[in-house]
Amino acid sequence: MLSLSILIPLIGALALAAMPAMPEATARRIAIGVAAIPLALLLIVWAGFRPGAGFQWVEEMPWMPGLGIAWRLGVDGLSLSLTLMSALLFLAAIAWPMAPLPRARSYYAWFLFLMSVSLGLFLALDLVIFYVFFDLGLVGMYFLIGRWGHGEAERAALKFFIYTLAGSLLILIGIIVLALSMPVLSFDMRAVIAAAPLDGTGLTAVLVLLAFVIGFGIKTPLFPFHTWLPPAHVNAPGPVSAILAGVLLKMGTYGLIRLAMQMMPATFADWAMPIAVVAVISILWGAIVALGQSDLKRRIAYTSVNHMGYTVLGIAVAGSALGSEAARAMALTGAVVEMIAHGLITGALFLIAGAFWQRAEEYEMDSYGGLARLAPRLTGATVLASFASLGLPGLAGFVAELHIFLGAFAVYPWLAAVGLIGLLITAALFLDILRRVFFGDLPKARESFTDLTQTEIGILAGLLALVVLIGVWPGWLLGLIGAASLLPMAG
Amino acid sequence: MPVGDLAPELAVLVTAVLVLLLAMFIPQRRHGLCAALALAGLAVAALIAVAQFDAHRLTFSGTFALDAATGAARVMILTVTALCVLLSPGWFASDRRHGEVYAMLLFSTLGAMAMAGAADLMQLVIGLLLSSITSYVLAAYHRDWSISVEAGMKYFLIGALANALMVIGVVLVLGMTGSTGYAGLKGAALTDALALVGLMLVLIGLLFKLGAMPAHTWVPDVAEGAPAPAAAFLTTVPKIPAALALIRLVALFPPEGALRLLIALIAAATMTLGNLAALWQDDVRRLIGWSSVSQAGYALMAVAVVGLSGEALPALIVFIGAYALATLTAFAVVTHLRGRTGLGDYAGLLRQQPLAASALIIAFLSLVGIPPLVGFLGKFALFLAAIEGGFAWLALLAVANSVLSLFYYARVIAPMIFQPAADAPETLDRHSKAVMVVAAAALVLLPVVGGLIWPALPVGLLP
Repeated sequence: MLSLSILIPLIGALALAAMPAMPEATARRIAIGVAAIPLALLLIVWAGFRPGAGFQWVEEMPWMPGLGIAWRLGVDGLSLSLTLMSALLFLAAIAWPMAPLPRARSYYAWFLFLMSVSLGLFLALDLVIFYVFFDLGLVGMYFLIGRWGHGEAERAALKFFIYTLAGSLLILIGIIVLALSMPVLSFDMRAVIAAAPLDGTGLTAVLVLLAFVIGFGIKTPLFPFHTWLPPAHVNAPGPVSAILAGVLLKMGTYGLIRLAMQMMPATFADWAMPIAVVAVISILWGAIVALGQSDLKRRIAYTSVNHMGYTVLGIAVAGSALGSEAARAMALTGAVVEMIAHGLITGALFLIAGAFWQRAEEYEMDSYGGLARLAPRLTGATVLASFASLGLPGLAGFVAELHIFLGAFAVYPWLAAVGLIGLLITAALFLDILRRVFFGDLPKARESFTDLTQTEIGILAGLLALVVLIGVWPGWLLGLIGAASLLPMAG
Repeated sequence: MPVGDLAPELAVLVTAVLVLLLAMFIPQRRHGLCAALALAGLAVAALIAVAQFDAHRLTFSGTFALDAATGAARVMILTVTALCVLLSPGWFASDRRHGEVYAMLLFSTLGAMAMAGAADLMQLVIGLLLSSITSYVLAAYHRDWSISVEAGMKYFLIGALANALMVIGVVLVLGMTGSTGYAGLKGAALTDALALVGLMLVLIGLLFKLGAMPAHTWVPDVAEGAPAPAAAFLTTVPKIPAALALIRLVALFPPEGALRLLIALIAAATMTLGNLAALWQDDVRRLIGWSSVSQAGYALMAVAVVGLSGEALPALIVFIGAYALATLTAFAVVTHLRGRTGLGDYAGLLRQQPLAASALIIAFLSLVGIPPLVGFLGKFALFLAAIEGGFAWLALLAVANSVLSLFYYARVIAPMIFQPAADAPETLDRHSKAVMVVAAAALVLLPVVGGLIWPALPVGLLP
């Protein structure tokens, strides 16, 4: 079942790439059809999933037995919730109308390819398979940004590729050291988590943790490794940005939880404080720099730095081994919900930004204004997504941030207090977007601005409905995640 | 004498002589037949080599090691040579000495195979000399083209020096230890300064073949100036036995000494220098040449940890095989595009020649080590071996170098994909196309069966 949800988009991608030229609409229809299958499969997996009972639906096939590498897949609450969100967001991004789209066939082929490797990354239970998908994600993203982006797309794509490759190679070294320190050479994640082989080995453990934190920090992106993110976002087409922010950034925080926290808990606990400090800097830095942007997409891009900062703060608190277990579980719950919520919300925001670009080829906020009367549906969707992003109660972002800060106050009260300032700034910057773009006078050049189409509003409604659902009734998601079972054994 | 032990080498030798005779007697337009004959000979040799894969003994009075490492090297050398032979008919069709190319390729292959199995310094020298001398001829095969002649000349001058030093080295080692056989040298304490100098000189000869510092300067020139199929051959085939000969030699000496550290330092210098030099190249063939220098540095990582890590030998074999295949793919693309070499000429290639451009992209990504291409398996195994052997700093340096290498590979890849096309490229023939496609497909598909290959790899060396 899990293998199928990786293989079907991959086969779809290869088929699209190999097929002769076809109209854009056909390619899109095929891509949507193929992308819907993994989502359906994962819903079936969810139906048969028992929360909190460890890794389930495990599939295993030997690959390089001499080295302890195998094709191992499985889900726990963390990976299942992330894959569900990713599959949904991919479906939304693929379905997002992009007319006119040059070379549509290969665009959709690359998208399906990226879907396949993203799902694979969250489902992998083998460190080498995990790494393979991690790197393949870079390749897919490189082509999507470089070929269909605008402005300095080529440069931005290269910067993205080189930055994250540097991080991923550090991770590879860390993975190898972890596997070598196992009693028997093995890349089985379950075995490594159970054995936590590097804990308490002094300098080696610290260096490996550092490799993981830097490697995943680049991907997340954590201050000061975030500089690749704004150009990549600004120059990428809307749906690609949505995936980059919604799915690919989660690979970083997922890795922090899975590899850094679960596989070397004691070392992580020793270093939780510095990580939390960096997270708070990310929160503030992302928010302040975002406030200074006049470019709509750049502003949203920097809020990603801010939001992922919350997530990392939650993870650091969860791994700190301080405070009560309940507080740490709460912070981890918050971190995972933030990952899901950020995927849905920022995914929607970037799709909206894509809609702006398709209509006016302009991200400068000052060139807009007064769109509320002209495009009420666009206004409504943006307002809802912005409020969710700034953490309004009743929406998904609030649930996440509440959990993170409740947990953080129990462990690092001062850091949590400083981090709260980030919330204020985020509120200011989103309200500022709404004011500048939708209210005030309508510039002459924008008089022909059209509202969202039926398809577009349908896709956004799907994403935002989930945001509301998580906001008013978070119980189902919290139960699915089962954060308490993800925490490393205290001690 | 156990002549049968050397049947693959003899098959290559006999084929080479037959090809030479055939080329003398048939008209030049029929010289494609020589290619067919060469391929047949290589196939026979490969079949015998596979049959002997499980052997594990020293043969011919202890001068030739018939073990799994030799077997792996034989199969790789023969496969890559066969692909180079396939590249040649279209390229050399108008050359008056078309048929002799194949004889020269086969003799060079024979030298490479002799090096791969050498368990005696004298045997090693003979193999290396045979491989070198034929290589000079291949590099300068277009004798009317000054760049080709220059490449051959440079190759020859550096090679002559390195080979001469190596012979002196062998003499010194023999004089000081009383033995040139590896069985006799094994564990010998090389405390004597002269013997140590001798060993260093032998190493220099091998580093020359591998294209590593300090004898690497021929690589970019040969990559640029040699006929493209010959460049494909010269930058791949001799490196396989050179790497194996190096690891065999280094494995003779106990891991405690400074020898491993010396090799590690050479590895570090070679990979860094090769990458830095490749950054500035505006000529794709020179760029591939410099990249192949840096890859030689990676290969030396495995040599540095032999005896310290159980994965050193398998890592070296997987890496060097992956390297040879990827570099061959890159040169097959260059050959297929009739040797087009300027960086600007590659703009927009993906739309005009999707197959060639894709093959080149796959080759480069494999050289970077992007999973799940073969190159990733090679680098992964190298990192594993280096860390296990206690050279974590070298692995980290290799990581930094991998990131650096992406810059110059992207300088070729990005314009191919993103920029508008310059002009319609001319292509060679269906043979070069086939080689290109087969080699690129192998880069993608071999890792799928990696689980079958890995256990078959040798872990121990003779003697």
